[in-house]
Amino acid sequence: MKLDSRNYSDGFREYTASHPTSPSFALIAMAGRTLYRKLVDSHTVVALDTDNVLLYADLHLMNEYTSPQAFAGLAEHGRAVPAPGQQLAVVDHIIPTHAEAPRVIRDPASALQARNLKRNCEAHGIPLFDTNDPLQGIEHVIAPEHGMIRPGMVVLCGDSHTTTYGAFGALGFGIGTSEVEHVLATQTLVYRVARDMRIRVDGELPGGTMSKDLILHIIARIGAQGARGYAVEFTGTAIRALSMEARMTLCNMTVEAGARGALIAPDETSIGYVLARAPDIDADRARAAWAALKSDDDAGFEAELAFDAAAVAPYVTWGTSPDQAIPVGARVPAPAEAADAIAQAAAERALGYIGLAAGMPLEGLPVQRVFIGSCTNGRIEDLRAVAAVVRGRKVAPGVRAMVVPGSGAVRAQAEAEGIAALLTGAGFEWRKPGCSMCLAMNDDVLAPGERCASTTNRNFEGRQGRAGRTHLMSPAMAAAAAVTGCITDVRRLEIEHV
Amino acid sequence: MSDITHALAPIEGTGAPLPLPNLDTDQIMPKQFLRGIDKAGLDKGLLYDMRFDEHGAPRADFVLNQAAYRNTRVLVAGPNFGCGSSREHAVWGLQQYGIQAVIAPSFGEIFYSNAMNNRLLLVMLPQADVDRLMAVASDAAAPATLRIDLATMTVGIAGRDDFSAGFTLSPRHLDMFRRGLDIIGLSLTHADAIAAFARRHHAASPWLRDVAATTMARLATRKDEEPINV
Repeated sequence: MKLDSRNYSDGFREYTASHPTSPSFALIAMAGRTLYRKLVDSHTVVALDTDNVLLYADLHLMNEYTSPQAFAGLAEHGRAVPAPGQQLAVVDHIIPTHAEAPRVIRDPASALQARNLKRNCEAHGIPLFDTNDPLQGIEHVIAPEHGMIRPGMVVLCGDSHTTTYGAFGALGFGIGTSEVEHVLATQTLVYRVARDMRIRVDGELPGGTMSKDLILHIIARIGAQGARGYAVEFTGTAIRALSMEARMTLCNMTVEAGARGALIAPDETSIGYVLARAPDIDADRARAAWAALKSDDDAGFEAELAFDAAAVAPYVTWGTSPDQAIPVGARVPAPAEAADAIAQAAAERALGYIGLAAGMPLEGLPVQRVFIGSCTNGRIEDLRAVAAVVRGRKVAPGVRAMVVPGSGAVRAQAEAEGIAALLTGAGFEWRKPGCSMCLAMNDDVLAPGERCASTTNRNFEGRQGRAGRTHLMSPAMAAAAAVTGCITDVRRLEIEHV
Repeated sequence: MSDITHALAPIEGTGAPLPLPNLDTDQIMPKQFLRGIDKAGLDKGLLYDMRFDEHGAPRADFVLNQAAYRNTRVLVAGPNFGCGSSREHAVWGLQQYGIQAVIAPSFGEIFYSNAMNNRLLLVMLPQADVDRLMAVASDAAAPATLRIDLATMTVGIAGRDDFSAGFTLSPRHLDMFRRGLDIIGLSLTHADAIAAFARRHHAASPWLRDVAATTMARLATRKDEEPINV
């Protein structure tokens, strides 16, 4: 395929296929296959038409708020769940995170959702991490940490951040409630096959940056719909160097560029992680199968991008879309610099909502709240990064800083490592696991006008609370904001540690 | 299953402009309306923070609150409409409010599938066509009546013969609109093929079988003091 390339000064190269909107399946079939196509092919029960296949789901995760109407639909039609052992349910979105035991859901509607999920799981024999299970947590944290996400899988969930599982070389993506019902009833999905994009990242991430900064850098460059319609495979030396937690952060947020999937081919990092957590796997046999899970050398991609990891800095969002992100040292861009009139109007509205003006520096901007957690950044490595910044420091006066571990296991691990004691001693709230203020469905909500340094994935208007102002950033950057009381380049603090 | 005549009837009604790009499903249906176990009452939550102020009073300056837009049936929206969260509540809320179609240059992927599964018509048009429709819909004195015809696959403006934009749907989605298919029922006609696929799949990769049940059984037998490898 003929590719035209454009070069940018910050190490970004963009390739555009000559006919990106008219994929030639004949051509692609003759060439090698991408990892994405291999995963689709190996899960295709039947091709339904030129665009759609009936795709088999190895694992289907469910939560309490996008599944109730699906179970109701099953009941209405008298349909069964043929593979209950391939479903997993968890109460995570509405659950309060107060450090009380046992946990009580006081909001009556939310309590009903939790009871309803339990009832549905019992009726169909579906495994459930219930409210007071010691291992309860966010679906995208608990499934991988117990070895349930395995290379070569197709994983579906009524939650957009299911792209997380690309970290394992598994195809994961979010579905709606009608599709949840379809998966429950058939263990398959009517699936529109996506196009292939490859994003290559070479080089080394600079000190003080994390994979969160890398993905914000990428989204800022390609835009909130830059990967819309694509399954994105990440390759390159910088990707290979990432830990599993860092890969999960990267793949998790790829959906914020509109992607329908994210993938990293399995390697010793991911295979070792899985085998250490899944004693039921015949390791030799699995390794032999997983060795084929990579794109063929002659596989064609309809879009290819390349980034230089060395060009990444700590990133912070300034607006209300994840692509409105800049390096922490940069100034808020002027709407007039936006690509077109629509983006310009959006930037103006975003600045009004977030309470900033063009040309202002982000550094030094006071925050009232800090939120550390979520399926993006609620894993043990994230909490270790927070602890490294906080050690020897205190939460700044006037700042309310919450840490919500991604799961009961993460929480216990952080307690065993002394992270919990360090953080509570520094003035952080150490809370129970859940989705919490990432989307504020429970009672962890920003007050109007409050500004929050957040390790989450969406800075949408109202996401963390009506009129709340969210700045997305890495766990290390959020920790720096907590101890200084304002948005701060964490690299300034790290100098003191060296 | 709805009757075919109804499904083919053109959608005709006031078009309301929502030009913002990336209007996400969090804004279309905010969190506080997601606590139900059924689909009821979501019309109240539609675009809540845009429609109502912090005291719950309608914002007079928001388009859908203006008298001329009382009978809005079509939204003319910016690019990437419905991005973000997978919540199907956004689609249910639009329909319960009375929206029958959304016209935009592009849509969030999960939202698109959700809309098709509920027969909320999404019309993807080139930006120039959307700009034209946005302009006529934005005339608050006399907002345009838009007409979307699934028989001819065109969007028109009532009283203006100089505009007609053709659009496409995949054959599958068009069939879903025209015939109101029971998708699960159709997929269940492949039940034998699915079962045969699963047998082959699990024979080749036994570690993919019943992973949730197997793992939960293992976790249930662990001693509390055993550390979990996170």
